[in-house]
Parts: sequence; C-alpha cells; structure tokens
Amino acid sequence: MYEFLRDLDRRVIFSLMALAVAVPILLQITPPEKATPIVRDAFETIEALEEGDRVYMAFDFDPASAGELQPMATAFVRHACEKKLKIYFTALWPVGPQFIKNAERDVISRDFPEMVYGEDYVDLGFKTGNEGVIKLVANDLRTQYPQDARGTPIDDIPMMAGVASIRDFDVIMNVSAGYPGTKEWVQYAVASAPDDIKLVAGCTGVQAPLLYPYYPQQMSGLLAAIKGAAEYESLVLGKYGRENEPGMYQEGLRRMAPQLSGHILMVGLIFVGNLVYFMARKRGEA
Amino acid sequence: MNHATRRGNATFGVLLVLIGVSIAILNAVAFHPGAGTQWTKRTEHVHTLEDGSDVRWTEHEAVSVKEGREMAALQQDAAPLLSRTAGLWGAAILTLCIFSFLLGDNPLYKAAEAIVVGASAAYWMVIGFWETIVPNLFAGLFPDWTRANFMPKLSAEASVDFLLLIPLALSVLLLLRLAPKIGWISRWPTAFIIGVFCGLRFISSLEADFLSQIGPTIKPLIVMGENGFDLESSFSNIVLVLGTLVCLVYFFFSVEHKGAVGKVARSGIWMLMITFGAAFGYTVMGRIALLAGRFEFLFDDWLWLIDPKDAHPAQVFLQTIAPMLT
Repeated sequence: MYEFLRDLDRRVIFSLMALAVAVPILLQITPPEKATPIVRDAFETIEALEEGDRVYMAFDFDPASAGELQPMATAFVRHACEKKLKIYFTALWPVGPQFIKNAERDVISRDFPEMVYGEDYVDLGFKTGNEGVIKLVANDLRTQYPQDARGTPIDDIPMMAGVASIRDFDVIMNVSAGYPGTKEWVQYAVASAPDDIKLVAGCTGVQAPLLYPYYPQQMSGLLAAIKGAAEYESLVLGKYGRENEPGMYQEGLRRMAPQLSGHILMVGLIFVGNLVYFMARKRGEA
Repeated sequence: MNHATRRGNATFGVLLVLIGVSIAILNAVAFHPGAGTQWTKRTEHVHTLEDGSDVRWTEHEAVSVKEGREMAALQQDAAPLLSRTAGLWGAAILTLCIFSFLLGDNPLYKAAEAIVVGASAAYWMVIGFWETIVPNLFAGLFPDWTRANFMPKLSAEASVDFLLLIPLALSVLLLLRLAPKIGWISRWPTAFIIGVFCGLRFISSLEADFLSQIGPTIKPLIVMGENGFDLESSFSNIVLVLGTLVCLVYFFFSVEHKGAVGKVARSGIWMLMITFGAAFGYTVMGRIALLAGRFEFLFDDWLWLIDPKDAHPAQVFLQTIAPMLT
C-alpha cells in the first residue's frame, strides 16, 4: 500500500479531481446555503436602499475569473433590479463591458423588461487608467465619462442629472478579479470620503484574505469567492425567489456541490500525502 | 522525465482531445440531435441617411435553443447561426486542448495557449484604440474629424484641448524605446508614470491600509453583550489583537529574536502560516469553481447532458441515471 501511494501517478489525482467535480454537476446537486454575517451585511446594505437610489456597478473582471464572479455579478444586478434601483454600469477591465452586456441581456431584458435604458440603467463602459479613474471619479465623474458606452453624451441621459461624483451614489457594488478592483476602490474612493461612500464587493478567493481587514469599517459587506456568491444567491432567492426560478440565478449554489466533493478529496490527499511522508521518514527514505 | 515518456504523455494529451471531440460529434448526431448549436433571433434594420440612401443590417440576438425553436415554430425569424455554433465548438475544443496539458505538454495545448495569448493581445489593441485613443485623444485634438469619422454623437460644441498634446508627446517618447539608439528618452515618460503613481499610492495606502486600520485593531478584549459576557466576540477580538501584535514583533528586526522576543516572533510565524493556509484554501476554492464552470459549459452548452438553465431540450443524463439511484 505504501509503495502504491508513494508512486501514485499524478494523472490518477487529476482524474479523481475531475470525477469529484464532474459527478455533482452531472447529478445537479444543490446543497442548501446559510449566509454568514459578512454576506448578510452586503445584502442588507442593498436592502436598506429606497426605490430610485443610485448604485454604481463596477464590473472589474474578465472571462478567466467568470466561473467564480459571474454568479455574483448576476445576483448583484438582479437584486438591484428587484429593488428598482438606478444602475450605473462601469468597467475598469477591458473585457468588463462584455459582462455588462450579458447582464443587460440575461437579467434586465429578460426579467425586467420594464426598465428603460437611460432612465433606470446606463452603461458608462470601459475606462482605461486603473486607479487613476477611481481617483478622478471620486471628485468629478462627468469629466471622466463625457458619454456612455453607446456614445450618447451624458447630459442627454436623464438618469445622469444630479450626478457629479462618486459621492452622489448610494452604494458602489464592485465585482473584482484583481487589479484594479476592490482594493483600489477602498483606497481611492472610500478613503477619500469614508462617511459618504459605501462599498459592497464580490471578489475571487485569491483576493479574499487581503480584503477581509477592510470589513466592516471601509467596506459594508464582502462576497468572498463562490461560497460568498452562493450565500448571496440564497438570500436573494429567499426574498425575491419565484416559482420556476431561472437556473442562472442559482449558478453559485450549483457550484457548491463540486466544491464540497473537491475539498473532501483535497483534504484526503493532503492527509495521505503527509502519511506517506511520515512513513517514508520512519523508513529512512525521506 | 525522459524523451520517450514526454512523447507518450503528449500522445495521450492529443488523444484526449480527439476522443472528446469524437464523442461530442457522435452525441450531436445520434443522442442529442443539434447539441452544441447556437440559436439567434434575426432582426432586419434599415436606416435612411441624409442623402436618401438606405443602410441595411441584420442584428443577431442570442436566444436559447428552446426559445429559438419555439420562435421558429411560430414562423418568427430564429435559426441556428453557423458562426456562433462554430464559436461554441471552438471554445469547447480549446477547453479540451488546455485540459490535455495535465497529461503532458503537446502541440494542441501549445496551439490553444498561443491562440489565447494572440487573441488577448489583439483584443487589448482594439479596445485601446476605440476606448482610449479615439475618445480621449482624437476627440480632444480633432473633434470635427472624430465626429465625422468615429463618434457621430460627439457634441458639436466640443473644442480643441491643446493640453492633450502633453500626453501625446509623452506617448511618442515612450514609443522611442523601439529605437535602440534613442531608446533612453523613453525613461522620461516612464519616470513621469512612476512618479505619479508613487504619489497616488503613497497617500491612498497610508490612508486606507495604515491609518484606517489602526482603529479597527484597537478592540475590547472582554466584550459584554445584551446577555452579559459575549464569548465569541471576546475570543475573536483577543485573536485579532494578539495576532496583530505577534506579527508586528516578527517583523521587528531591531531586536534579536531570542528569548521572550524570539518566542513571540515564532508565534508570529505561526499566525502568518495560518494566514497563508487560509489564502491557499481560498485559492483552491477559486480554482475548483473555475473547473466547475468549464465542466458546466461542456456538459450544458456543448453536450446537452444537463440543462440547469432550461435552455435546450435535453436532460438525458439525469433521466438515465435517476432510475439507478432510486
């Protein structure tokens, strides 16, 4: 047994992980989720807003992290639509506009067709400059965004009336895959006016440990990795769920079953790996 | 790993892709007819220009297979679109090519890798031109020309902004890096960029990551709640305060890490290790989520083995497996 484990081909481990992830997906298992305080706070921050309040929705991610972040983005947009908030989409990543278009097509056009472009939501598009853009919109948004993604001057967009800077928004909702992202929103927007600007964010697992220290003083809530997305989805479904709920609103929840089996396998492999190491040391092989 | 083993692994990798594609073709022909197709709703647009001539174009709006078939049954203009179907198959095949690296480096993986890098670079260039150079530079320096050629909605009142000549000059200087003899000039705009960002980052990091973090670290070690002593919050605060202190001691190198200081510094290492462990755990979670995302794409959009989004007519895998489970 010891020799078998010691000489185990790495392809066996890859195959086991593939099975651990694939089987729950094929069986479509969806385990229940209970929201943790940090996710519940994010949800409650949005819940506390009134109809017509403004949310600045920054999609700072790309297809490489969409598996983790798309469920958060969908849940954020759906929640804002259910609350009848005014949504201002932006992106600091070049491929962010594609995800804004996806949100428009899959959530707004499909389930909230009554929402009118320019009155209820607007796409301000991608803007290059990373944290420089954040720094500038914190004081003067209109200079940075003279027109929306469709080329319409913002003076001609009804919902842009009364918007001068990031302080005119009730909440910033950021979905972040790295730099520039949530950290920069905290550093350049929230830090400039901590009492005026509220930030709710969803981030990749890699970023999460770096962002936890900002909660709750500098960030009202955080969705960390796919677990955070699943918890947020469960809260949105609990409050606004309908019969025959479309599957795209449960993407995060669906990915928790493969997480569970994948993690069990990972823990088992770490245990076996250590066991083999200690056995080898005992035999004088290590 | 010797050459023969590497070659064997590469062959395995290529075989994985070929087998996967063969199964998908068999599936699309025999088991789930039409699997992997992408449907769109077509809308014809006509726009009449000032000179009276018409400009016509067709808009393809993506719809699910189910919606597309229902529309087609109602004589509406919806049908599978070859280019998007080819795109979906291309995405699926490239996914398999990338997975094949697990079995060994092989030409298909290399091809997929090169396509990703090339497509990303091209995308950045196009986005950079249309989203940065045109609206930020051309629109400011040549507003009339930009309105006539690129941005018809650009305000007629837009005037020339000569300040933009400064970033234009810096950009040109930056490109001089390509000329070996005068490449040193590119250090000036580089120095400008570094200087600006150092200044920006210094202030923001000091505010957000240092000053603002001091307050949240000063916590009561004994927390009294509505029902008296709050054990959970007290424990949490003690770990936070002690953890911060021991980590600070570990990074304090003015005193030799011996005796009591050494023991505290050692617990600082433990605290850091726990932090790295948590970060690793989150990374694992992220990677599994990405893998699950790709599998879901393959099983749902490509092979139609599952249908969580109610997008197409097949749920055969579940229907097949369900009787075995009950």
